[in-house]
Amino acid sequence: MPLNTDKTIEGSFQLIGGDFSIAGESSARLKSILTDLGVQEDIIRRASIATFEAEMNVIIYAAAGTLHYEISPRQIRITLVDMGPGIKDIDQAMQEGYSTAPDWVREMGWGAGMGLPNMKKNSDEFKIDSVVGEGTTVEMVINLP
Amino acid sequence: MKLEELEKLLQAKVVVDSDNLEFNIDSACSADMMSSVLYYHTPNSLLITSLTQPHVVRTAEIAGIKIIVFVLNKQPDQVTIDLAKEKHIPILVTPYCMYTASGKLFEAGLPGCLNK
Repeated sequence: MPLNTDKTIEGSFQLIGGDFSIAGESSARLKSILTDLGVQEDIIRRASIATFEAEMNVIIYAAAGTLHYEISPRQIRITLVDMGPGIKDIDQAMQEGYSTAPDWVREMGWGAGMGLPNMKKNSDEFKIDSVVGEGTTVEMVINLP
Repeated sequence: MKLEELEKLLQAKVVVDSDNLEFNIDSACSADMMSSVLYYHTPNSLLITSLTQPHVVRTAEIAGIKIIVFVLNKQPDQVTIDLAKEKHIPILVTPYCMYTASGKLFEAGLPGCLNK
């Protein structure tokens, strides 16, 4: 089914680290935008899950971050840039089950070490760049049929 | 499986009711790690968990999970209840532990997400 627009739509949400009260709200808003555009349900789910995992990582680990989305008739591009501690070993962080989350995060149901693998699994293209002490950038592309 | 059947099998209290007359789920998953839910769930399923924070409702919303069951009589706070109402995600509270609640639903024919 074609999108309800032939233009590229973009926008951003500001994310605040540690604020669990609104955790997931930006991903839910993006889901709502994709629904309004008539994007296929399974693609909305993939984009929402990948975005939610990335948003939670910013909330859990970083001081602040930005979620930027760009929706064109061909693809959904989601970019998260955070001011966080950075990731020392990306290959290790990408392994299922590996996590550096502290106990209080695990007690809240996060830090299973599935976040980054889940983002990759739900994206057609996945890129991650990180500098220790500066922050992390995640870019995910999901193609539209 | 319909809401009334879930309520009966789990001896559950309905904290947030469904406004969907066609409510009918076809699988379930039990987890306290939300990333596991996001990784292994299937849509149109039920989530059994012992966490009652609002982001559990967010997880359900994002994953397309249709109903949440809190075990061991854990009562969600008002923020969680209000978010569930807003997102039209019913909440049940059961006195059973996660193992027993899962077992009762499995025994009644509701498959796990991965075995569906």
